[in-house]
Amino acid sequence: MIDARGYSCPMPVVMVQKEVKKSAPDTLEVLVDDPCAVENITRFAHNNGYNAVSRETGDEEFALILTKKA
Amino acid sequence: MEQEIKLTKLANCAGCGAKVGAGTLARLLDGLAVRTDENLLVGFDKSDDAAVYRVSDDLALVQTVDFFPPIADDPYLFGQIAAANALSDVYAMGGEPRIALNLLCIPKSMPDDAVHDLLRGGYSKVYEAGAAIAGGHSILDEEPKYGLCVTGFVHPDKILTNAGAQPGDVLFLTKPLGAGILTTAAKADLCPPDVLNAVFARMTTLNKAARDAMVQFCVHACTDVTGFGLLGHALEMAQGSGVQLELDVSALPIPPEALEFARMGILPEGMYRNRRYAEAFVSADGVPLEVQDALYDPQTSGGLLIAVTAADADALAAELQKTVPDARRIGTVSEFAEAARIILH
Repeated sequence: MIDARGYSCPMPVVMVQKEVKKSAPDTLEVLVDDPCAVENITRFAHNNGYNAVSRETGDEEFALILTKKA
Repeated sequence: MEQEIKLTKLANCAGCGAKVGAGTLARLLDGLAVRTDENLLVGFDKSDDAAVYRVSDDLALVQTVDFFPPIADDPYLFGQIAAANALSDVYAMGGEPRIALNLLCIPKSMPDDAVHDLLRGGYSKVYEAGAAIAGGHSILDEEPKYGLCVTGFVHPDKILTNAGAQPGDVLFLTKPLGAGILTTAAKADLCPPDVLNAVFARMTTLNKAARDAMVQFCVHACTDVTGFGLLGHALEMAQGSGVQLELDVSALPIPPEALEFARMGILPEGMYRNRRYAEAFVSADGVPLEVQDALYDPQTSGGLLIAVTAADADALAAELQKTVPDARRIGTVSEFAEAARIILH
């Protein structure tokens, strides 16, 4: 799980990219509090072999689940 | 010399990316009474780059203001970019800057030397433009911001608005795109130094040479490409002129690194905002998403988008080649046929 809350763009997507490069996880949960980070991480996921779903978990807080495409 | 402070770390969003979105702005302005004046030739109801007021039969004032948070860490460089960006609105109207006033917001923590360097950068560009700085206003703020209110002169018969494009015109863009994406990558130290330096060099380049070239020809419309991105500003031109713009995607100058960062999701918030505002009016069938991203990418101190009559297109291209080598012919203007306002080929 990556907790990128408190980080502004583009840091959250950079943190995700580093984790994917390091461990290529089958699934990865990411917490963010910047709507732009949701869009950037979703864009990264789709271009790099992952599906991404996001949901709002609180006031301006979001959780993304990245799942490796079959 | 070592940089003691990193200006961009003091700001939440950078450059023209901090601009309030076009959709939000339209909502905020909706319903405000517009006072008319027969000499106010271009007012805020026109969504243009600057206001224009006729003083006499052969003189009109071009008035504009622009300021934003740091887009570069070096204060001198930030000052230069902010000034080049503010001056650009006068050039986009076909005018020549004459006098400017500083707008400055500074945090208490910002060292005096850095503030001085910032202003020195601004002065250098205003003087290069042939204008004078006559004063300004400074306030304390949590994050730094800088820009200028600029007044220029133009002949009332030679004003170039964004609303005059005509079917058959040829479109030129005078600076490459991708600046918002590349400076966003730089915030994470991902942008190669040579690529970033090239971006900054373009941002500090005045649109003076492009303006001086275009006013020699039959130009019907002009705007500068800034916070709304190429497609946001092109949409304003298309709607204002009642026409359709057809853009040749392969001719659009986009640095390959910007496309690479876009694929990685390194994109500024303003790109998504611009896309949401304009995409319903854009036909982008078959155009890769990362290329579209670059076309919605907010630019700071971007180039001029020029619509010139077809008969003068080759001559303008030749003139621009001499002084604005980055300029490209990027498309044409056609009749609006109740379809998309902008077609990407």
